[in-house]
Amino acid sequence: MTSPILEMKNITKEFPGVKALNNVSFKVAQGEIHCLVGENGAGKSTLMKVLSGVYPHGTYTGDILYNGQAQQFRGIADSDKAGIAIIYQELALVPEMSVYENIFLGNEIRNGFLVNWNETIKRASEMLKKVGLTVNPATKVKDLSVGKQQLIEIAKALSRDVKLLILDEPTAALNEVESDNLLALLRGLRDHGVTCILISHKLREVFAIADSVTVLRDGQTIITLDAKKGEVSEAAIIKHMVGREIENIYPRREKIPPGEIVLEVKGWTAFDTLLGRDVLKDVRFNVRKGEIVGFAGLMGSGRTELAHSIFGNPDGYHLKGELAIKGRKAVFGLPEDAIRAGIAYVSEDRKGDGLILSQDVKQNISIANLRELASRGVVNANAEIKIANQYKGSLNIKTPSVEQKVVNLSGGNQQKVSLAKWLFVKPNVLILDEPTRGIDVGAKFEIYTLMTELVKQGMSIMLISSELPEVLGMSDRVYVVAAGRIAGELPISEATQERVMQLATN
Amino acid sequence: MFFQNLQKTLRQNIREYGMYIALFVIMLIFTITTEGVFISSRNLSNLLNQTGYIAVLAVGMTLVIVIRHIDLSVGFLAGFLGAIAAVALVQWNLPVFVVIPLVLVLGAIAGLITALPVAQLGIPSFVASLAGWLIYRGLLLLVTEGTGTIIIPDATFNALGNSYIPDLPEMAFLPGVHKITLLLGLIGIVFFILGQVNDRKQKQAYNFEILPMDLFILKLVFVSAIVGAITWVLSGYNGLSWTVVIVLIVLAIYHFITTQTVLGRHIYAVGGNPEAAELSGINVKRIIYVVFGSMGMLSALSGILFTARLQSATTTAGTLFELDAIAAAYVGGVSAAGGVGKVIGSIIGALVMLSLTSGMNLMGIGIAYQYVVRGLVLVAAVIFDVTTRGKGR
Repeated sequence: MTSPILEMKNITKEFPGVKALNNVSFKVAQGEIHCLVGENGAGKSTLMKVLSGVYPHGTYTGDILYNGQAQQFRGIADSDKAGIAIIYQELALVPEMSVYENIFLGNEIRNGFLVNWNETIKRASEMLKKVGLTVNPATKVKDLSVGKQQLIEIAKALSRDVKLLILDEPTAALNEVESDNLLALLRGLRDHGVTCILISHKLREVFAIADSVTVLRDGQTIITLDAKKGEVSEAAIIKHMVGREIENIYPRREKIPPGEIVLEVKGWTAFDTLLGRDVLKDVRFNVRKGEIVGFAGLMGSGRTELAHSIFGNPDGYHLKGELAIKGRKAVFGLPEDAIRAGIAYVSEDRKGDGLILSQDVKQNISIANLRELASRGVVNANAEIKIANQYKGSLNIKTPSVEQKVVNLSGGNQQKVSLAKWLFVKPNVLILDEPTRGIDVGAKFEIYTLMTELVKQGMSIMLISSELPEVLGMSDRVYVVAAGRIAGELPISEATQERVMQLATN
Repeated sequence: MFFQNLQKTLRQNIREYGMYIALFVIMLIFTITTEGVFISSRNLSNLLNQTGYIAVLAVGMTLVIVIRHIDLSVGFLAGFLGAIAAVALVQWNLPVFVVIPLVLVLGAIAGLITALPVAQLGIPSFVASLAGWLIYRGLLLLVTEGTGTIIIPDATFNALGNSYIPDLPEMAFLPGVHKITLLLGLIGIVFFILGQVNDRKQKQAYNFEILPMDLFILKLVFVSAIVGAITWVLSGYNGLSWTVVIVLIVLAIYHFITTQTVLGRHIYAVGGNPEAAELSGINVKRIIYVVFGSMGMLSALSGILFTARLQSATTTAGTLFELDAIAAAYVGGVSAAGGVGKVIGSIIGALVMLSLTSGMNLMGIGIAYQYVVRGLVLVAAVIFDVTTRGKGR
């Protein structure tokens, strides 16, 4: 192994209540492509944010050695100066600006006080040639495909004389040809002495390109595998990625024979007009009465899009296909219609599109079903308080009173408020999107117990989760979603972490 | 103990009580600097009448800002519809009880038209209503172009802006005092106290946090004293004006809608988090139509009050009303971030702004300085709002 360009030693990063990184060590050799893999929430992105200075020196403990010297980055500008560039999954380009403006944004070629546009265009063209992109540098970035935009980002990094290039899931939004081109480019850069750290969920890519692979799990380094020694294999990586035992926090359930089909979707395709592509392709699945159906898959695989498209399509996708509730065809124009048909959706992003943080607990619980509390349009405030207190008790929501603003509640209790709101709608089918993300184990257990209780009463639950143990521990059946398609359906007896990962990553 | 409680309560509710305190302080300062002229019956009565047409706009604007929009067209829409009312009365010879509903309906329609591109195409309301500002300004000029100022002879119509509610015949008891006004004030105070006591009982029944008894009584006495004092002062002149009565009715209706009804909840939910509101089954577009429609109707009402007050429609009616209304809403504690703000607050905000104008006029301060002072007060109010909001978290 050549001398390391980067060495991160004993990095620990804490967020309130969570240890995101626990004593992580990470070494990258000069001129290699180093893949960083792990489940969602394993700490990959956090580690890269520590490296690039997004979390400045002092907010974490541990040392960063770069080219053998200790570094104390206070912000991206510092790491940038040192020749470290990071390209995020969500691209940081200005869509309305031209390619050359974007490449030199923040690094303008000056002529005194003025920008030297001619030199800029000339140098931009050189950079584009380096990344093998043949577009007019005057083209607006918004007119380029995502794949080409990714290359522009790399060109931007190259224009700053990058030594260490970090790519966070660069191929998540690319098709196969674009992905292959990108990988080829990375190899070319490696041959020119640029070191790469690649975060990827697609194991196929990792085998194709990695010189070494580091696996993170639960904020800890598990192992670093060396490709030259033949250590990198799919089985090895998956084993290390999911390695933990399923903790016994999933309540036991009596097996009941599945009831009639309450929700069925066939040939379901959703075209996103903003992205200009299908986010769901020919999806087919069903949910039976009294059943918990798991939807496993990687981030960005289309599970949330699937939930939204069923739940009244608030994102305005162009939908094709059939949706049937209890065998009867249904078309929902708005979430309102889906709610009336007995569907409830507890959203993934509690704060973003779940709760109204400026309002209190009771107002959040009642908002989706105010009509039940009102006569002639006037809300019965006493009935509202009564209902809210009922849910406060039954879900064990820890708040001094139901008049507390939800912004003051902890994550777990906010999630319970979100659940209470949708239980008050009294749905037949409850869609839970990442119901336990960012909440502690105790609250998780309470939510699992509640789910068990609800299906016993005849409710059906669609459980969308990126936490595999959760899906496997709670579901009766599992669908694996990958790239907007159903990659497979597994009865719980056949669903192992390895099997699901295989379907999800292929 | 008492003072500790008082301090604690004030600190916890500083946002809510802040404006009342500000209004009180401003009135006190002007009363002192003008040696009591400011608080005289005649001046206070005038002040309230002048506030009327801005206050109704501020009520509508509160809801518009709560759902994270803005409506710049309301000033000239008010001017234009006031002119329409004048034309309908003078040239078409329509009776006043036809003209007023007609103009209100036209206002609501105008509001819905502003909402159309906002709701359907997602056009920023700033742009859509700026277009309305230009269009209604043009239409106002068009209507008044031929005749210039249209003078309205209709006494009933003009009464809305100038006259006072009738009184009992003069008698030996309390001579020179408007007894109906006094009576209404007393009834108001009684209802307020009964409502508060009732509310307190309910909260007690649910084991909610309530004010300590001494503070509760202090609050009742304080509010009653203010209402009583204002009523007493007003009844010393001509009593309640029709303008004030109309504003109070509008306030009561909107306060009820925003605090007690499903519609009100939906409006504040859309303002608090539009995505969450939509996913909760609320029809966000419908809310936009309702709020802008109500804004348009209140613009029409504002136009009627202003035209009646001047007893004529002029070519410049409504100029800058929209900015006064927006300022009143912000001073009254409406948050630009959406989802927060009370209609009562906006009325207080309008009173604060008009008190500044009135007080400075009495002190003989030049118009140039008046604008600067009002600007500073607006900024101070919003800074106060933003900094006290941080403490809630």
